[in-house]
Amino acid sequence: MPDPDPLLLSPVLDQYKLAGRTSLLPALHAVQSLYGYIPEFAAESIARQLKVPLAEVYGVVTFYSHFRTQSAATRSIQVCKDPACRLDGGIKIPDGIQVEDVPCMGLCDMAPAAAVDGISADWTIDLGLSKRLPLSGRMHKSHIGGDVSILTRNCGKGQVTTLLDYRASGGYTGLENALRLTPPELIAQVKASGLVGRGGAAFPTGVKWESAAAASDSTRYVICNADESEPGTFKDRILLEDDPHHMIEGLIIAGYAIGAQKGYVYIRVEYSEAYQVILHALDEARQAGILGKNILTSGFSFDIEVRQGAGAYVCGEETALFESIEGKRGLPRIKPPFPTTAGLFGKPTVINNVETLCNIPEILREGAQAYSARGTQKSTGTKLFCLSGDVVRPGLYELPFGASLRHLIEDLAGGMANQRGFGAALVGGAAGGFATAAELDTRLSFEDMRSAGIPLGAGVVMVFDETRDLRLILLRLAQFFAEESCGKCFPCQLGTQRQVEILHRVVDGQIDKEDPTRLSEIAQTMTDASICGLGQSAAMAIQSANKRWPQIFTARQDGR
Amino acid sequence: MQEMIELTIDDEVVSVPAGTTIYHAAMEMGVVIPTLCFHEYCSANALCRVCVVEVEGSRVLVPACVAKVSAGMVVHTDTPRVRSARKTILEMLAASVDVSDSADVLRLMQDYNARSDRFPASIRRESDLIDDNPMYVRDYSKCILCWRCVQVCAQDAQYTFAINFTGRGYETHIGTFYDRSLTETTCVFCGQCVAVCPTGALKPRREWLLEEKDHAHTR
Amino acid sequence: MLTPDKITSTVCPFCGVGCTLELHIKDNTIYRVTSPHGSPVNHGNLCVKGRFGYDFLYSPRRVTKPLIRKEKQLPGKRTAAASLNEWREASWDEALDLVADRLTEIYQKSGSDAMGMFSCAKATNEENYLMQKIYRALFRTNNVDHCTRLCHAGSVVALQMAVGSSAMSNPAADVQFNDVFIVTGSNTTETHPIISLQMKAAIEKNGAKLIVVDPRRIEMVNYATLFLQQKPGTDVPLFSAMAHVILKEKLYNRQFIDERTEGFDEFAASMEKFTPEYAESISGVDRQLIIQAARMYAGAKNAAIYWALGIPEHTHGVENAMSLIHLAFLTGQIGRTGTGLNPLRGQNNVQGASDSGAMPWHYPGYQVVDNEENAARWEGIWNVEAGGLNRKRGLTNTEIVGAIGPGGILSMYIMGENPVMSEPNANHTRHQFEQLEFYAAQDLFINETHQYADVFLPAAGWAEKDGTFTNTDRLVQRVRRAVDAPGSARPDWMILADVAQRIEARLKRPQSSGWNYSHPGEIIEEMGRGVPDYAGIRYQRLESGGLAVPVPTVDHPGTPVLFEKSFPRGRGMFHPLEYKPPAELPDDEYSFTLTTGRVLEHWHGGTLSSASSLDDLYNQALMELHPQDAARLGFTDGEIARVSSRRGSIEIRVKVVERTSPGVVFIPFFFARAAANILTNDAIDPRAKIPEYKVCAVKVEKPGSSTEDGRLPAYRQRGRY
Repeated sequence: MPDPDPLLLSPVLDQYKLAGRTSLLPALHAVQSLYGYIPEFAAESIARQLKVPLAEVYGVVTFYSHFRTQSAATRSIQVCKDPACRLDGGIKIPDGIQVEDVPCMGLCDMAPAAAVDGISADWTIDLGLSKRLPLSGRMHKSHIGGDVSILTRNCGKGQVTTLLDYRASGGYTGLENALRLTPPELIAQVKASGLVGRGGAAFPTGVKWESAAAASDSTRYVICNADESEPGTFKDRILLEDDPHHMIEGLIIAGYAIGAQKGYVYIRVEYSEAYQVILHALDEARQAGILGKNILTSGFSFDIEVRQGAGAYVCGEETALFESIEGKRGLPRIKPPFPTTAGLFGKPTVINNVETLCNIPEILREGAQAYSARGTQKSTGTKLFCLSGDVVRPGLYELPFGASLRHLIEDLAGGMANQRGFGAALVGGAAGGFATAAELDTRLSFEDMRSAGIPLGAGVVMVFDETRDLRLILLRLAQFFAEESCGKCFPCQLGTQRQVEILHRVVDGQIDKEDPTRLSEIAQTMTDASICGLGQSAAMAIQSANKRWPQIFTARQDGR
Repeated sequence: MQEMIELTIDDEVVSVPAGTTIYHAAMEMGVVIPTLCFHEYCSANALCRVCVVEVEGSRVLVPACVAKVSAGMVVHTDTPRVRSARKTILEMLAASVDVSDSADVLRLMQDYNARSDRFPASIRRESDLIDDNPMYVRDYSKCILCWRCVQVCAQDAQYTFAINFTGRGYETHIGTFYDRSLTETTCVFCGQCVAVCPTGALKPRREWLLEEKDHAHTR
Repeated sequence: MLTPDKITSTVCPFCGVGCTLELHIKDNTIYRVTSPHGSPVNHGNLCVKGRFGYDFLYSPRRVTKPLIRKEKQLPGKRTAAASLNEWREASWDEALDLVADRLTEIYQKSGSDAMGMFSCAKATNEENYLMQKIYRALFRTNNVDHCTRLCHAGSVVALQMAVGSSAMSNPAADVQFNDVFIVTGSNTTETHPIISLQMKAAIEKNGAKLIVVDPRRIEMVNYATLFLQQKPGTDVPLFSAMAHVILKEKLYNRQFIDERTEGFDEFAASMEKFTPEYAESISGVDRQLIIQAARMYAGAKNAAIYWALGIPEHTHGVENAMSLIHLAFLTGQIGRTGTGLNPLRGQNNVQGASDSGAMPWHYPGYQVVDNEENAARWEGIWNVEAGGLNRKRGLTNTEIVGAIGPGGILSMYIMGENPVMSEPNANHTRHQFEQLEFYAAQDLFINETHQYADVFLPAAGWAEKDGTFTNTDRLVQRVRRAVDAPGSARPDWMILADVAQRIEARLKRPQSSGWNYSHPGEIIEEMGRGVPDYAGIRYQRLESGGLAVPVPTVDHPGTPVLFEKSFPRGRGMFHPLEYKPPAELPDDEYSFTLTTGRVLEHWHGGTLSSASSLDDLYNQALMELHPQDAARLGFTDGEIARVSSRRGSIEIRVKVVERTSPGVVFIPFFFARAAANILTNDAIDPRAKIPEYKVCAVKVEKPGSSTEDGRLPAYRQRGRY
């Protein structure tokens, strides 16, 4: 490895100087692409240029798992270590190739997943070649299915939907309709549609917008949360990779509704293909007058900047995401104040999930009434489900709310793979709950799932056949939270670690008779006292399993 | 005239100025909510969550050190649910770091019958004592991550920014830029950090040497 | 975990901020210093000196028994005795008798004018009061001074002329109420660290705007809205140009000028010539910056000026300070909270030592000595016969040193100070001390000056005695005995009272001036009988916190803000100004301007700080050299340079840093091996008698064969500088 050349640095950093601290992550990304890691002298240079204290730069560098402080010896292959990708022991990597275990990459439908040089690849690639893959020649094509094709109408075609094609499919008519309304009228439409957030929390989108629009500060932001990192989810990746204008249209409408001047897309660094796709789509939109000054001659001006994350699940938490854009460690803030009054840079901010934003053009295109005719009374519209694990056809499925879990697994996904019986489904993701065979007829709606005690979350359905050892899956989920805990509040910082230690004993058959009680004490404390959703849900799947199969926490080695 | 807010804490009605935290409102009426990371002269960040209380209508427990009072709020500061959370936090903490030098933690553990051996065979955050300057030593195996030192080094007092967090999650620790020795950082050795450290992780070098001498005697 | 036997509350012995310290004691040893977060001055924050610097008390170099030189010292042949081998231990009686004998003998032989002393800004009010009382009441001389002469004398004289008082008008903590403030001639983060924290908070949290005017790019510049990097010694044209802009643009406060000041018209006329263009040509500061600064200051709701020794330490120090006073008069930025004229005092008790009369022209309370009424008052209090006190103004520090020799000053008594390190032109100072007939030193350490003494009287450190300090914003605070003094060291006030009694007995005065104090509280009460500002000070009143003087009565709450209704002299007086360049400017041979100052880790003449762990942190002076000059002369970081002025030459390591402008070098003055004051000019301000520490001409060159190589400590990279 040659020593990094400091002379290469200043042309790279020049562009970040003006914006100051908010450019910290972009500058670090630039340096890491230049040198392969963040050399000390480069970090010092960034600190001076951006006027960020040295120690804080190091704090940021070491917070995000993507950044390295030492040069990597050789090129490595990143291999997913999360449940869906490890069901059959993961990938067999030939000797001599450096393997880096990474959390879920959002490729669960193509499990087991791996990536080379940040480009996702499925296991069928000859790993020995591991060459950079051109954008147009993507190796993988997700299976898209379901009962309807609204949000996914342009997905799964193996190519990116261009602006022209998007418009041909009715794209941007929603924006045109929106711009003809006053912002309050527009917000009323969104409220009337009954749309609730698809990121997991199911908060009414219109109410959120209304609150930001009413804030006293006139500098406002809208953000698309594309930091999809929940193990088992990949819906946002597909929406962005295949149909980027759908999200962009939604984000522009959101910006218009609340009077924002600027939007951000915060996308996890692992989605490097989607990142490039969005950048290209934004250029298309700008050239078409859809983005920038005086959008579609409406008088409304608005632009969008894309920011890459750097390997931190917690940045999917909205306030941690703000901190990250501001150039800080991704630590969740204390709420209140809520984002709609004091969000990004302390300004009123609306932050919506990719899928949520993709629903917006549909509401404006066909009207709130037509939109809300789909789904159930309380869960309107359609929902994307990420199916992975032991089913015949893993993939992304779009369904109106209200279909049953059985319909999704048996009718749409082709039932269980390998002729094995259904064991359990982890619904909602790592922060979700297990459904047993007895719960397969539960309707997939927020209200039905809630009464069944299983969070619908972001739409993860990870299916395990009857032969799978859930203890291994639980241990991996526990490890995921311990690795991704930001460390800010004590319950989560300590509780996620203690949970892993005990689950190791569970897996190793070394259970102490107090361990189940300890697990529930930890769960209770994390759920009740953690600062953000990560800690509050870090014990959820484990407790869900404990409730359904208590014997796995007491038995020694055999049976569930 | 400042707006007054009326609320109920432990079945007693109290009226405090708007913007008061639950912690200070309780203090007004003589109820001391236990705290660990909180320091009256540092920014409160609700990290340790020892100060959590039950607020009727809230799904989760509420950190009293930062949560502001609101009209009609009904607060319970010492319920079994609250006590259990405090106890578990303290027990998990004692399984992680050396709290033997922290009067604050030891007192709270006693108050909540918290057992230091509740979580056996835990991986502890251990590190070697750092003696890299003439003024104070740093023993981060005693650090509970209360943030006070980082805050007083920054906007809470000194604007020196010599130390910050390194890593994340359970592995978080307090460190300098690329782990440089303190004399190579912007540190001005004001010792504001030593003064607010609640655990003995930061200690005047002179005090540490005297202790070592004491230990040598008793050995 | 150590459990303290006790925790004693006291005041920091270092700079003038006056931070509250809580000393944690076990087995008669201080092991930790904290400060209550509710403390009035420092809100619980301390700097490295206050927090860790106390360990000079435990230095192995500390002297704990009275010492007498083994070899008899003769005038002209006096030598410096650094080694303890040249001293012998003595009993207190022997040492004190020797001091009393020799001083009395010289006084009786050669009269009052042969007597000189330096009191001490580090000692308590009570001790300074006693020291000057001994010399005034017993030796009938006003040759009484201390290091205030070397720091704020120019400010004091200017303030006396313009407002009739000489302290900070507002508490330093008032900075939180400033909308705009000027910091000039003050490297606040290093010299008054705690005040700098309050400044930073005012800027970062309250949005206050800062204007820095300084030859060096000090740390506060990072927080400044405007930075005017002037050439050293150009304060009068620069600040007068601001006044010029305020006048021309009619930004002044007519009502304030009419109601509160006099001499405006003549002053305004003298400002005509100070155009921003003219100021730019002299100071090197862009005229637009000067105009912006004038508008910003004059346009503020509440604006204040903070300055330290960069203003007074010039041959025109009085004019410099006057040019700042004018800005406040013009705009009415004085007499309210959040405004004011605030000279930041350097030593823990420089304000108090001045208040206590350790000055050659004033009795305690700034009462001039050449005034019959004042003299009579103190004759009454000290039980001196009518007409007994000397009415002639005494010599100042630098004048006393200059007057040493036959026909001049023959004896010295120095408490705590270190003139060889702190006076300008150190070679000359050493030469002068060699001429003394007798020299008594009273201190904790045999510093560079005390090495010339005949007798060394070991004093208790600040934590080993009781008393009061008056801080920079006039707060009188209690100093408390926390630990026992080592060996037979005694508090200064006890030593002084003992010496006084022995001298008085030898002089066979018919009536005693009263030296029988059982506690220092009695001393300050005696002082209060003659000083109205201190009349209300009682130790029991100080138990719950300090009192800001003036405190005229025992039930008066103190006076945090001065000049609210009027100035002590009535109206504020404008003074026309002229620009005079520094006494020595660079030329072809001595082509650099040297400016001197302090660093965070060291303090005063370095006597205390170099005996503590502070010295481990910053173990040698480094000369700041601009990278352009360094490149031209071929210097890299840590290299040794030879720096010479017309008065002497030193070798010193170089720090290449963009802090001064090209052509200007900076040397901190605490370090004996490379003493900046070997180079500095002893030219003094004609009115304030303060030397021009801040400007002299030097040359910087490679040392050729270095005599100091290997003797100077190795160069260490620190992140801070």
